[in-house]
Amino acid sequence: MTEGVTTLSAAAPLARPILSRDDWIMRWGMLVLGVWLSVAVVLPLYTLLSKGLEDHAGRFVGLANFAEFFATPVLFNSIYNSLTIAIISTVITITLAFVYAYALTRSCMPGKGIFKGIAMVPILAPSLLPAISLVYLFGNQGMIKGVLMGETIYGPIGIVMGEVFWTFPHALIIIITALSMADARLYEAAESLGTSKLRTFFTVTLPGARYGVISACFVVFTLVITDFGVPKVIGGQYNVLATDVYKQVIGQQNFQMGAVVGMVLLVPAVLAFIADRIIQRKQVALISARAVPYHPKPKTRFDMAMMGFCCVVGFMILGIIAVDAFASFIQLWPYNLTLTLYNYDFDLRDGGGWASYRNSIVMASYTAVIGTVIIFSGAYLVEKIRGFTVIRSLVQFMCIIPLAVPGLVLGLAYIFFFNHPDNPLEFVYGTMAILVICTVTHFYTVSHLTATTALKQMDPEFEAVSMSLKVPFYKTFWRVTVPVCVPAILDISIYLFVNAMTTVSAVVFIYSADTTLASVAVLNMDDAGEVASAAAMGMMIVCTSAGVRVLHALLTRGIARASQAWRVC
Amino acid sequence: MVTQETPAESGNQRTRYLKIENITKKFGDFVALQDISLDIYKGEFICFLGPSGCGKTTLLRAIAGLDIQTSGRIEQGGKDISNLPAAERNFGIVFQSYALFPNLTVSKNVGYGLVNRRMGKAAIGERVAELLDLVGLSDQGSKYPAQLSGGEQQRVALARALATSPGLLLLDEPLSALDAKVRVFLRQEIKALHLRLGVTTIMVTHDQEEALTMADRIVVMNQGTIEQVGTPIEIYRNPMNRCVGDFVGIMNCLSGVVTGAASVRVGAMEFDCANGVGGLTEGQAVTVCLRPEEIAVRGVASGGANSFEARISRLEFLGSFYRATLEAERLGDMKITADFSINEVRDLTLDEGATIQIALPGEHIRIFAEA
Repeated sequence: MTEGVTTLSAAAPLARPILSRDDWIMRWGMLVLGVWLSVAVVLPLYTLLSKGLEDHAGRFVGLANFAEFFATPVLFNSIYNSLTIAIISTVITITLAFVYAYALTRSCMPGKGIFKGIAMVPILAPSLLPAISLVYLFGNQGMIKGVLMGETIYGPIGIVMGEVFWTFPHALIIIITALSMADARLYEAAESLGTSKLRTFFTVTLPGARYGVISACFVVFTLVITDFGVPKVIGGQYNVLATDVYKQVIGQQNFQMGAVVGMVLLVPAVLAFIADRIIQRKQVALISARAVPYHPKPKTRFDMAMMGFCCVVGFMILGIIAVDAFASFIQLWPYNLTLTLYNYDFDLRDGGGWASYRNSIVMASYTAVIGTVIIFSGAYLVEKIRGFTVIRSLVQFMCIIPLAVPGLVLGLAYIFFFNHPDNPLEFVYGTMAILVICTVTHFYTVSHLTATTALKQMDPEFEAVSMSLKVPFYKTFWRVTVPVCVPAILDISIYLFVNAMTTVSAVVFIYSADTTLASVAVLNMDDAGEVASAAAMGMMIVCTSAGVRVLHALLTRGIARASQAWRVC
Repeated sequence: MVTQETPAESGNQRTRYLKIENITKKFGDFVALQDISLDIYKGEFICFLGPSGCGKTTLLRAIAGLDIQTSGRIEQGGKDISNLPAAERNFGIVFQSYALFPNLTVSKNVGYGLVNRRMGKAAIGERVAELLDLVGLSDQGSKYPAQLSGGEQQRVALARALATSPGLLLLDEPLSALDAKVRVFLRQEIKALHLRLGVTTIMVTHDQEEALTMADRIVVMNQGTIEQVGTPIEIYRNPMNRCVGDFVGIMNCLSGVVTGAASVRVGAMEFDCANGVGGLTEGQAVTVCLRPEEIAVRGVASGGANSFEARISRLEFLGSFYRATLEAERLGDMKITADFSINEVRDLTLDEGATIQIALPGEHIRIFAEA
């Protein structure tokens, strides 16, 4: 043997790791995923951006379209309108959601489970639905029109009310999570120091939930500013960016201006997205692993007040749905109040008839199955691949982009990209496939993050053990990773299914006569004045989503029971 | 820095199994391992010992091929494996987290690597039973990992790692997640298993007691380099430098100056060192090191070699012995830690505040040049 080696030997050979079969398979998988995401996300967006810089004939005109946009007061005003609506809706939604979440997490009121369930109902409906209900309630022939004291519902008031209803559950979920992470020890410390309840609220509760509330603000703001269903139905003459995109493209066939407005719409969405990312990164260290969960103690008066609040909010949510259901069974509001199924005879009306409902079911099923497979496997690859760092970060970034892209913008980008005669993929245009691709992409990020969270909770050494035992990674993926992650996989598929059922914004640009969808049918029937049928189709969507949710809950419970022996909760 | 010791018991013919040559591992600008060279012999139980962040796990993962080194060579059983992926190397591995597959039964976990080897079902069943018997869990095969205690889970992980009869067993802090008592028990179990199977084993640990009790040889690591390689007794008795002495066991470290071929001065005291001063020249600043248990208190005559008067400023009862903090006028500000047996404390009625005569036996004093 050599004696002591004390200097860095320059002769030491650099390692040139040989890739294993697993590595090759994963790298190819990653490349395939990268190509998929490029086609589904990056290239369409690129096409959209370049479209905004062209004139009608396709010649490059630089920023001329943008100049025209800012010089046209009708268009330019929409920015102001959109921001106003978004800010007001955000403030109202967050306030209501905070109190509601506070009641659910910090009080001992009875019926928390039911109240939480009621609050989630709006997720099951397309955003068009609350708007239709509001028309029935406060419209020209509204049931309780007088409440508005002469103000019209067709405009900002209606839009804000609809948006608050529709975004409420999204804000609630985030704020509940933030409030549940309370550390009981901080409250005990405050109490032992004789701190008043109010001061404790401002010094302990609010700072603890701060990031959750901010995050919820961004989510609601983005949802509102990019939503198109509510303003479309109830906006009247009040223009917002989202309806402008639709009008430019569908109404005036002015694709270039549509692209410009789409990009303007992209700006606040991207900014909110970036701000939220930065804030979430800060949140990580906020709660320590040693935190003791907070359990509220019964306080009769407070609990009753909280329950009263939840009853009011819950009543309004159910009321909106009930009005829609009621309207769908009425012969002709307000003249003929006979109950009828006439409005459900969709085949008699424009919008695709029952075929559109069947299409929606097919599309949602494909989206749920194909989307879950792609997204979960993709998240696994991103999480577990060894080396290949540049491609990996690139793909990871592409997985996050869709969250910042409003549905309308994505749909518009799909027209430009897939309808281009030079695109070899043009054949998917107008098919069910493009609807599925678009919807999977639209809801990619949230599902990807769910999958990533589940994968991160698994022991990182499973793959190392498999390697040492010479078991290929895909066997361990199939035998261990997938079974352990079944709850997350179910969550992703249900999320994709329900969103595919309710989404309007992305698909409204790319459906064809053969692939009409239920949610689009709601829009088109409303447009054609068949409001009762629009309400009826809306109810079909709500009931289908609710049914699938119930199925999901039963399945989850069954799996929990079957895996009780090994799943440690 | 790095010294390649020949194994202490070099008489018998030992075959080299693992040859690690000039391994360097960088993560960006951070050098996690710096030019590590080491030989490991067939059937040896080796411990990589060091504080967290010293590179011991990085070295283990390089050997496993899980995080391949930046440069350097590794040979296993005469074959160059430097660039091979983990799946093509020959090892079994056990992690601190057990990494048992939660949805598979104990038997399925143990047989996980066998299913892939075109073994018959019966043969697999037999092998699994044999392994479960080996780790003392014969009747637990149909349970799920979550239904077992931590110690039992780690034994399942051990059985799983041994199932394919690997040539090398790698243990990454296998006992760190366990309770103190289970840890001591499993320590003996693993050691017994090693004696029985004779598989070359490398264990990473930050627990010096584990390393001292289990290892044939200990590799003490610090800041990405090997400080010393040797048997537990060598490491404890003859630490090569202050760092090793400080990390393995407790060490009194006093600053002093060389005053002769075998003497140093600490404060106002002149100490004889039987082991010499390691060829350091007079006037050289040194660290004078001595283990607390070597400090003599019984039968120390005033004026004897290396003896002086000290006051017990603190006396801690640690169960099987007392740990005393001593102050001496002649040492100035420097304090000495000394371990006294229960007997000594009782017989000599040692107590806080008492002034006693102590001696630092010259043959146990070790001198290291001040860095």
